[in-house]
Amino acid sequence: MTIKDKAAVVGVGATPYYKRGQSYPQTELSMACRAVLLALEDAGLSVQDLDGFALYAQACEPAELAATLGVPEVRFTTMITGGGGASAGALGVAAAAIHGGMATTVVTVMTVQQRDRRLGGSSVGGQLTYGQAAMGISRPYTAFSSNSGLLGPGHAAALIARRHMHLYGTEREHFAEVCITSRDNAIRRPTALQTTPLSMDDYFNARMIADPLCLFDYTLETDGAVAVVTVSADRARDLRHPPVYVMGSAHGGIGRTGPLNWKWLQMPEDDLVSSGSRSAARRMYEMAGIGPADVDVALIYDNFSPMVIMQLEDYGFCPVGQGGPFVADGNIRWKGGSIPVNTHGGNLSEGYVIGMTHVREAVEQLRGTAVNQVDGAEVALVTGGTSLLPMSGTLLRKG
Amino acid sequence: MTDGVTSSELRRGVFPGLQLQTYADETTEPFWSAARHDRLVVPRCRECGTFRLPPLPICHVCQSEVTDWEELPGTGTVLTFTIVHHPLHPDLAAVCPYVSAVVDLDGTQGEGARILVNVTDCDPAAVSIGAPVRIVFDHVNDDMSIPRANLVADRPV
Repeated sequence: MTIKDKAAVVGVGATPYYKRGQSYPQTELSMACRAVLLALEDAGLSVQDLDGFALYAQACEPAELAATLGVPEVRFTTMITGGGGASAGALGVAAAAIHGGMATTVVTVMTVQQRDRRLGGSSVGGQLTYGQAAMGISRPYTAFSSNSGLLGPGHAAALIARRHMHLYGTEREHFAEVCITSRDNAIRRPTALQTTPLSMDDYFNARMIADPLCLFDYTLETDGAVAVVTVSADRARDLRHPPVYVMGSAHGGIGRTGPLNWKWLQMPEDDLVSSGSRSAARRMYEMAGIGPADVDVALIYDNFSPMVIMQLEDYGFCPVGQGGPFVADGNIRWKGGSIPVNTHGGNLSEGYVIGMTHVREAVEQLRGTAVNQVDGAEVALVTGGTSLLPMSGTLLRKG
Repeated sequence: MTDGVTSSELRRGVFPGLQLQTYADETTEPFWSAARHDRLVVPRCRECGTFRLPPLPICHVCQSEVTDWEELPGTGTVLTFTIVHHPLHPDLAAVCPYVSAVVDLDGTQGEGARILVNVTDCDPAAVSIGAPVRIVFDHVNDDMSIPRANLVADRPV
């Protein structure tokens, strides 16, 4: 007994996306509430129906959200541990809660405002607000990493990317192809924050941030909130939009992946030089009963461009080590690609709401309403990663 | 950035350190005691021989808590590295670019006992994967001796 096809995403809501800090004087709470209300309205439901919260990455506090919204009775509140890696997995937890009879109408929401903190580790007002935090690892052990100069997720991505380049011959041109594909997709979207065309020359003229990663290899820094509503498959059929069924979902990874990865890096090499997603990918496909060849569009968590290449490998779209040439051959392009990737522009060019923009795009693709619609899209992959354990993946299917 | 560091002390290529106290506990204290005397001493599982860093309380291979502390030669090779150009804190503008690396330590099994260090006193362009390095300690105060790495020029790659 699994959750396969037992629940469906029936509503999506979002605030506009803002460059970091620009959502002020809204708050993370006010944006979360707006996104939830819009998602409920999209589904044809209301706060009177809402009874569950399946969250991740400390998105917000359900006690505060439920009180603010006036939820009549809360029946389920769960936060997946870790960071953005768990984003796609939250849909699986929502489906499990519904299938297990613990809740009927479950919201997954992410809200972020990067005014008083910056998720990438940059200081705000002279204070390093995130990079030195002992997230997931205690102080006696941070003493073994905090003085190395590795301060944020981008530094870990740079270390992993360089090892991938060394082992497999991956080149910066391959990273550039991911960035340019995302930008081309973002250009057509009114929601996107970056809509200036990006050329190979632009990429190579950009300043280095943490070699081998340059400015364009990094996610945008964004404010905003996105929410989705999940209900049982039976109930979904009577709601406003065609259901988007949860076919399979998994989160996790090998235990040695460890806590915040720029403070760790002790995992076996095949896990280190990867997105950390292989085990979750295998379990996700097993649950859904399909394979990568059955996926029509992939919404891949792109905090850093090399992590798209490694997830293409880990989710089976190409052999391990071949991700660079795979993207260089145009395989991830919206038009003509064998597996269109991040048709919304992704974190790299549309906006960064810690994975939820990918969920939103998957739903729009499967409803047939996406701006960059993939013709005949029936199955979408959404991933969360690369971060500390757990990473996650979810397969969604058109109703 | 943190206690004890002022801008005047910053030097290009040398990350000043963020945590200038060891907060040593029973499983990390022997590492720091040795570091104060420029010795690299690392815990090793008495049951299965696996080295581990950071010095966690349990062997991740066989789950034994019985631990010996062994002195290593203090050399290793660069598994991977990054050259940090963008300062995440304004004070670090005087430090960038600096090199941070993951080093496999000689005398260990590598994985699970790697050390994360700033590679100093070199041209960042001279750092490469596989490059031999030596661990050195910067005694910043009575408690903390920051491990860093220097390239070893006279060892064949």
